Amino acid sequence: MMKKLFALLLAGFLASTAVAQEAPDVLVQRVTEEVLEIIRHDKEIQNGSTNKVIDLVDKKVLPHFNFQHMTALAMGKEWRKASPQQQQQLTAEFKTLLVRTYSNALTSYKNQKVVYKAFKMAPTDTDVLVRTEVHQPGNKPVQLDYSLEKLDGGWKVYDVVVAGISLVTNYRDQFGQEVRNGGIDGLIASIANKNKSLEANQKK
Amino acid sequence: MTKSLGLSGMRKGRAWALGGLLALAGIGNTIAEENPHDPYEGFNRSMFAVHEAIDKYAAKPVAQVYDNAVPLPVKAGVGNFFGNVGELWVGVNSALQGKFADAGVDLGRLLINSTVGIFGLFDVASELGLERHDEDFGQTMAVWGAGSGGYLFWPVIGSRTVRDTLGWGVDLMGDPVGYVDSIPVRNSLRGLRIVDIRASLLPADKVVEEAALDKYAYIRDAYLQRRRNQIFDGRPPRLDD
Repeated sequence: MMKKLFALLLAGFLASTAVAQEAPDVLVQRVTEEVLEIIRHDKEIQNGSTNKVIDLVDKKVLPHFNFQHMTALAMGKEWRKASPQQQQQLTAEFKTLLVRTYSNALTSYKNQKVVYKAFKMAPTDTDVLVRTEVHQPGNKPVQLDYSLEKLDGGWKVYDVVVAGISLVTNYRDQFGQEVRNGGIDGLIASIANKNKSLEANQKK
Repeated sequence: MTKSLGLSGMRKGRAWALGGLLALAGIGNTIAEENPHDPYEGFNRSMFAVHEAIDKYAAKPVAQVYDNAVPLPVKAGVGNFFGNVGELWVGVNSALQGKFADAGVDLGRLLINSTVGIFGLFDVASELGLERHDEDFGQTMAVWGAGSGGYLFWPVIGSRTVRDTLGWGVDLMGDPVGYVDSIPVRNSLRGLRIVDIRASLLPADKVVEEAALDKYAYIRDAYLQRRRNQIFDGRPPRLDD
């Protein structure tokens, strides 16, 4: 009995360290393939069900993202002007916006193929770029890169770069403009409004 | 009589000019604060509005019909065909940037796809591992050291910096479609190419529409980031935050 329990504990321990130590490129590839596999078999997502795809992203993708870092990156120097409470609100609203818009992008997935570029890192690296490419017939391949940082809970994505366009820093000028117009609270309000109007228009 | 009219007219004119200058200085100041890459923001935003109207009522509906009506293999063939048409010019620009190995690949792609790939309808070269490059004359000028100049937004052609607007003009001269003798064929090819490009952007529309707080700024900053990425062939040096 004790032996069995011990074996079970050991197995659990091994499994959890294996996950924590999963290399960043392996992590990106595993999560991408899992998500695409699900979408390929889910007619509702293919028909554009926002709720369904957000659910999937929530479960499979979000645990590997660091939204606080993403928000700080999008804010640039304005981030330090926000109080801890404002930072929390900003992170929550920005997360909602990013998740909704880019989850929806997944519903237009058809027959693209993701190619994983060769990846090299030193064992001491704590900040890496994992490069992939999306191939689709008749079009140029689209570069899709992920910036990851090593945290206690494993590697976390803090930036996604499509064709050289950072989906995070692309907000910096817009955020700066909102802060100039209405302060940090004005920015929080305008992202929240955007989220509300998106939710009102969404396809169930 | 005439004199006094002229004088008052001049005074009025001067007052207007002064007011205009002050307003411009004011605009200049706020814009300089907002984005140093967008000194012509006022002009650009009005062009953007024109562009959006043209897109909404002409370009986008046509692209949607094309996208829905044409089967995927045909769309892929069209995309490959225009890719192949532009291949020689890509090769010229690779060479002008001193990337002779790339230029060789571009030429190889042109030869393979024009023959085995049946007039470029099939991208056999990619399957053989000859990677497609993304070059144009604006990038060539950037590699030569030309600055980007201010950001501009043009109706129909969209985002271009001053440098890339010039580059686009030179690209037109390097476009084989422009040398097709038959005017109907030439115009059909140009039309089809626009529809093909617009259709390929349809999935991005929804994302931009949903993601942007300010669509104009979102598109501008995406364009500037993407160009930087193209100039550095997909590996731009990291910017400090």
